[in-house]
Amino acid sequence: MYVAVKGGEAAIANAHRLMADRRRGDRDVPALSLDQIAGQLSLAVDRVMAEGSLYDPQLAAMAVRQARGDLIEAIFLLRAYRTTLPRFGNARPLDTNAMQIERRISATFKDIPGGQLLGPTFDYTHRLIDPAMAGDGPVDEALRRERPDESGCPRVTDILDGQGLIEPDIPGDAEPADLTREPIEYPVGRDLRLQALARGDEGFLLALGYSTQRGYGRTHPFVGEIRIGLVDVEIDIPELGFAVNVGGVRVTECQMVSQFKDVAGGEPRFTRGYGLVFGQSERKAMAVSLVDRALRADEFDEQRLAPAQDEEFVLEHCDNVQATGFVEHLKLPHYVDFQAELDLLRTLRNEAKAEEDHTSLSEAAE
Amino acid sequence: MTGALPTYNFAYLDEQTKRMIRRAILKAVAIPGYQVPFASREMPMPYGWGTGGVQVTASVLGPDDVLKVIDQGADDTTNAVSIRAFFAKVANVATTTRTDEATIIQTRHRIPETPLNAGQIIVYQVPIPEPLRFLEPRETETRIMHGLEEYGLIHVKLYEDIAQHGHIATTYAYPVKVEGRYVMDPSPIPKFDNPKMHRSPALQLFGAGREKRIYALPPFTEVASLDFEDHPFQVQTFTAHCALCDASGVYLDEVVTDDRGGRMFVCSDTDHCETRRAAGHQGKGLPQHGHATSPEAAE
Repeated sequence: MYVAVKGGEAAIANAHRLMADRRRGDRDVPALSLDQIAGQLSLAVDRVMAEGSLYDPQLAAMAVRQARGDLIEAIFLLRAYRTTLPRFGNARPLDTNAMQIERRISATFKDIPGGQLLGPTFDYTHRLIDPAMAGDGPVDEALRRERPDESGCPRVTDILDGQGLIEPDIPGDAEPADLTREPIEYPVGRDLRLQALARGDEGFLLALGYSTQRGYGRTHPFVGEIRIGLVDVEIDIPELGFAVNVGGVRVTECQMVSQFKDVAGGEPRFTRGYGLVFGQSERKAMAVSLVDRALRADEFDEQRLAPAQDEEFVLEHCDNVQATGFVEHLKLPHYVDFQAELDLLRTLRNEAKAEEDHTSLSEAAE
Repeated sequence: MTGALPTYNFAYLDEQTKRMIRRAILKAVAIPGYQVPFASREMPMPYGWGTGGVQVTASVLGPDDVLKVIDQGADDTTNAVSIRAFFAKVANVATTTRTDEATIIQTRHRIPETPLNAGQIIVYQVPIPEPLRFLEPRETETRIMHGLEEYGLIHVKLYEDIAQHGHIATTYAYPVKVEGRYVMDPSPIPKFDNPKMHRSPALQLFGAGREKRIYALPPFTEVASLDFEDHPFQVQTFTAHCALCDASGVYLDEVVTDDRGGRMFVCSDTDHCETRRAAGHQGKGLPQHGHATSPEAAE
């Protein structure tokens, strides 16, 4: 009996063995290959890379497989590996203007230079389960378009900026903050906020973004532009004195055009909410840009009343690896503390009972 | 992951990270009870499962150390087994279950019954390092409160407990004042263990990974549990003796033995219990019925 409440190395080893067995499933069914996961469950892999803060589709696919499709567990695996990697330096800011665009839409203008490009999207599909998905029938190759002139797809926000209608982007050469290397001290800069949001849980940020649309920190958002595609990553090599292209990453960028404000000594302008995430995830990029704008309340002298405007609340709770760890730690043994509570509760109950007995006794005496 | 990945550094963390954590520990030792922010790393175990303690242990651990890991006072609880196995693997250090043999003891929720000695380090796993957190959720506010030594709120909370229940209703993670200055969370140890922190000859280090804080009590630090003159601090007392080793005056776990109210009380500290049994002490062993603490036991 007493032994049963204690764990042990054998129990842990057996549990892990059973888990590995369940992960593999029926041995008569071929194991999933990493190419299958990275190729056919690519949006799951994208989410793991985005929230795991590590761009490596093969490693992310491995994590998805190891985690049995539990994406938060896969994100955790990737994060725990990422933390051991040496830092060589900071990349130059990504130039999303030079993106090889796969998808690009704007909700603010009917037509834009370079055009609207739907790309690979679930939008406008009817959500009917397709019986063909039960089999492996032939799938038509996608159509190829002529490679457009990249300079012909300026960012919508740049077009607005050219007319002074939106707050300008302010380029900066300062080293970006990194919450994985320094503890957070509030209030934080927007760079660190955007890093936290980019790593943040999609579901949590989606709900927060949604809450701003329902009046909890309203920002009057319009999707200026969403673009998805490959961008080059360049890094300055001090020994060489120039930037070197170290590869490309697929990203989703959302520029939200929000509530206009009077700027000091100038005319009113639209304000921005910004979201940039690894891979293809409009839901996440849009949620991030809504929350980013809501968190800028102080910059625009807006009252901070709603949860989405509360920097400490959002940043301290958006990380799903932290959240899942702390929620799930409740299943660790707590019997020492529970014993202390039991003890107090029994004492309080005994006292209450004694008082009750005393009262009924004296009533009987009367 | 796969064998293709590089092997890990001694005690898992890279030397730069250990250096950063040691700097935070030194600062914490210099300002007893003050919570030092540190750049907590993502560890290969979940947040809330001891990542702070593991990072502190990894930073102070040397190849000659002897490590003991306990959870709920026991060496064989699953998470203690897991953390001990982690260090045995990544640091190849000797491990022990004996409190007096260990040079470093990592713990969750208990302080061993055997008094600690000079030269020993005890590392506490801390979930919420901020003793004011449940009174004021904002870090920006609580840091100011500590800065100004503004601790009225916590006394009001304890007073309200007495007004409502007749007792201070905090039974674990009972706040302490360190060297008359900082109010500190002792981690969720039962208040039974609070007096063991006071003037302990061992170095006491506290690590909170998710909350990115380290704090410390250097040896022989004054640690006073908060109380009132007319409601002095009291620890839990058990009327039962350990059913296995007959120990009294120690913290006991209540083990439910059947569904008819059968209870057995056994030492929470398994090393203490085993040592006593090896010395020939023997408890009654049989389940005891009813409630084993005195009515005035808990304060």
